[in-house]
Amino acid sequence: MNVHEYQAKDLLAKFGVSVPAGIPALTVEEAIAAARQLPGPIYVVKAQIHAGGRGKGKFKELPADAKGGVRLAKSVDEVGAHAADMLGNTLVTVQTGDAGKQVNRLYVTDGVDIAKEYYLSIVVDRGTGRVALIVSTEGGMDIEDVAHSTPEKIHTIVIDPATGFQPHHGRAVAFALKLTGDLNKQAQTLSRQLYEAFVALDSDMLEINPLVESADGKLLVLDAKMSFDSNALYRHPDVFALRDETEEDPAEIEASKYDLAYIKLDGNIGCMVNGAGLAMATMDIIKLNGEFPANFLDVGGGATTEKVTAAFKIILRDPAVKGILVNIFGGIMKCDIIADGIVAAAKEVNLQVPLVVRLEGTNVQQGKDILANSGLAIVPANDLGDAAKKIVAEVRKVS
Amino acid sequence: MSILVNANTKIITQGMTGKTGAFHTQAALDYGTQMVAGVTPGKGGTTHIGLPQYDSVADAKAATGATASCIYVPPPGAADAILEAIDAQMELIVCITEGIPVLDMVRVKRALQGSKSRLIGPNCPGVLTPGECKIGIMPGSIFKKGSVGVVSRSGTLTYEAVFQTSNIGLGQTTAVGIGGDPVNGTNFIDVLELFLADDDTKSIIMIGEIGGDAEEQAAQFLIDEAKRGRKKPMAGFIAGRSAPPGRRMGHAGAIVSGGKGDAESKIAAMEAAGIRVSPSPSLLGETLAEVLKG
Repeated sequence: MNVHEYQAKDLLAKFGVSVPAGIPALTVEEAIAAARQLPGPIYVVKAQIHAGGRGKGKFKELPADAKGGVRLAKSVDEVGAHAADMLGNTLVTVQTGDAGKQVNRLYVTDGVDIAKEYYLSIVVDRGTGRVALIVSTEGGMDIEDVAHSTPEKIHTIVIDPATGFQPHHGRAVAFALKLTGDLNKQAQTLSRQLYEAFVALDSDMLEINPLVESADGKLLVLDAKMSFDSNALYRHPDVFALRDETEEDPAEIEASKYDLAYIKLDGNIGCMVNGAGLAMATMDIIKLNGEFPANFLDVGGGATTEKVTAAFKIILRDPAVKGILVNIFGGIMKCDIIADGIVAAAKEVNLQVPLVVRLEGTNVQQGKDILANSGLAIVPANDLGDAAKKIVAEVRKVS
Repeated sequence: MSILVNANTKIITQGMTGKTGAFHTQAALDYGTQMVAGVTPGKGGTTHIGLPQYDSVADAKAATGATASCIYVPPPGAADAILEAIDAQMELIVCITEGIPVLDMVRVKRALQGSKSRLIGPNCPGVLTPGECKIGIMPGSIFKKGSVGVVSRSGTLTYEAVFQTSNIGLGQTTAVGIGGDPVNGTNFIDVLELFLADDDTKSIIMIGEIGGDAEEQAAQFLIDEAKRGRKKPMAGFIAGRSAPPGRRMGHAGAIVSGGKGDAESKIAAMEAAGIRVSPSPSLLGETLAEVLKG
């Protein structure tokens, strides 16, 4: 789960992290009121969307030469003008895709006189199975570009969970950033605080880009991106409360209510599969046969009538869907029971698009018989390859 | 021979009185597996589906001589259950539970270092040696005793590989699902090492998916081992060729991020290591048969 920049900074501030003063705003009036509460005379108005690249982003509704989603203001009036420009409009950045994201929230912050920018992130490193801090002197840039062109400028500090964050880890961060004197000490403290926040909140990604050194010698978190392990949200109701559903696909939210893992894609063949790996493989084989999957959907272990019905409804919300491929490797579940569920669900949603079903497991033949005798136009398939060929043929018949 | 488990393996179930734990323990018993006890704290001294229950893993182990544990404990208690099994020095721990917080697994992974235990999973279908031993949730009916070692990050794709190798008559020595989480107990390399060392395993199917670099590391391991003269015919598959970057595909570990973990680089690495990568998940058996024909 992702949160907005202002929410991430609020969370980090509770661990003692230094962030520039700032106030979130939902309206132009709130933005102006926020600016009045800040010391000034320089303010920054920042669009709050769950995507990076806001500064260089463009608003769809504004002229091409208009400024992006992070703007400097030299007066309270200017803050109001920027807020009016941004709120309700659609910001397109390198991370939003062409559709962009509507800006519904702003963050008005104190301007910072920046002397130098750095990069710091914390992730779970899969290679070592440990939490790692990644730091670089090349702040404010796309870290993937830095990693590609100057890998020697990226430093990784891995933390042993048995000891947790030790002073030497802090020193490693501070020296990797080539900091001296008081700034060096600030970096040690800051990196410990960030690690503590990461672990205490079950974050799975924390990125500070840029981390800045201000002209008056302070190390500040200028931007913060934070996401949280969805498997651990049950122990962080305060973090879960920060979820902004307007940033998520409504179909994906609906799917999660039924314990279905659904991701909308751009093709025209809806897929319903048990198991994430098989679901991906099913998408792959559709593409291999010359069409594109409309979604990823994992119904999980229990393909019950209720779940299958919900899955059909969610798949059919997408008007691009011209046919559906159901691929269930029953395993311990019996195919006849799954077939009953599919038939009942197809009747309940009054399915109008072609449906190809591949079932495998025990009682395969009984399952196929149920599908064939259902009175519905269900095409049974023998294996995954056969299923993909059949659904592609069906979809091409329709269009 | 087989790897990890055989007809002599004695197994306990942690979280046996839950619906899932009881169902799959019964299915393992029906398969002929030596399920010997269950661990359900507070229910020690009772029996469930005919098996004695104990309050702790240590008690169950002492009473039964079990060397392996299968865990169905729900996510909030699953890491603790694994740690308890490590403390009790269970040789093999198989964790089926899906949805364990990743930082819990970071601690578990650390606890495994220097311990006497090997962990398979979590979020995996388990381990099965045909006709001998079934730990976890794999359907026994699709297996056939034979010569192929199967290792996979994905549950249902493991079934595809098993089913297809059964259908072409090759059968399996052992199938191991290592699970789809970013931090897990056993990786491809560990299982490949066991398959390379097992005389009865004549060929191997390895199924990976997008995310991380476990497949690339496994490929490098195979290249290094081949230089030492250890090599077996292999076929493979990578799921997620059509997945867009930045989206988690169901499994917590299945995500292409930062230009890393995409299917193409994994396929290239595997092919460089001599693995014939099947273009389609429905051709795993056929692809392996072609490799064996030479």
